Amino acid sequence: MVEWTEFERATIQDVFSKMNSDVVGPQALARCLIVYPWTQRYFGNFGNLYNAAAIMGNPMVAAHGKTVLGGLDRAVKNMDDIKGTYAELSVLHSEKLHVDPDNFRLLADCLTIVVAAQMGAGFTPAVQAAFQKFIAVVVSALGRQYH
Amino acid sequence: MIPVAEDIGSEALLRMFTTFPKTKTYFSHLDISPNSDHLRCHGKKIVQALAEGARNISTLATTLAPLSRFHAYLLRIHPTNFKLLNHCILVTLACHMGDNFTPVAHAAIDKFLSAFSAVLAEKFR
Repeated sequence: MVEWTEFERATIQDVFSKMNSDVVGPQALARCLIVYPWTQRYFGNFGNLYNAAAIMGNPMVAAHGKTVLGGLDRAVKNMDDIKGTYAELSVLHSEKLHVDPDNFRLLADCLTIVVAAQMGAGFTPAVQAAFQKFIAVVVSALGRQYH
Repeated sequence: MIPVAEDIGSEALLRMFTTFPKTKTYFSHLDISPNSDHLRCHGKKIVQALAEGARNISTLATTLAPLSRFHAYLLRIHPTNFKLLNHCILVTLACHMGDNFTPVAHAAIDKFLSAFSAVLAEKFR
């Protein structure tokens, strides 16, 4: 089981409570598709992804970004059993969506950067460390049911 | 970027040491506590090297040859660590630039940092 310090628990709750999830989710996913173009392979039916402007304005990308962030919220509320909370989602991503789990880390990195841009100086090194630990646990849980 | 080289460089390093403690193992000979002289000096060196690379972006391999040899034969840093510092540089830029750190800028800088790291790691074997 993952051990969380008081600081880490408080930081995660704080960061996510301050987060504008309608903005952060879509921005993180759009960034992922722009910075790491090979991730577009999973979104063939999303329509126009031809350039950065198209991706940033694509409504399906925005909607899916919100879905992803909603999923993260479940981990925030169940920090002591992220593995269990994500078991079904992991199976979904492996057996139905066939996503290479290495790509989860890329989306996680983009999410970190979007949050950093939003929080500015408030995203101190200590806050970053707590956030990245949380995200790493989520990414690992998502990749667990692959075989 | 040069006038704030010390700030960006030292902040990126500090973020890397805090988030990925194993990276500290390469700096046991320096005082890398927040705001230390060593941290600021080292951060400045790194950013200046990046700026030099950016000025000679079409000839990265030649420009960085000395640094490449240094990292391969003397420092012998495990190549995965370059990605960790690159990520922390991006986070530092995002914190300082907020919305101005657009996805397109992010993509360009990430591409540059990856190319830079690849040159630094190319003589490893």
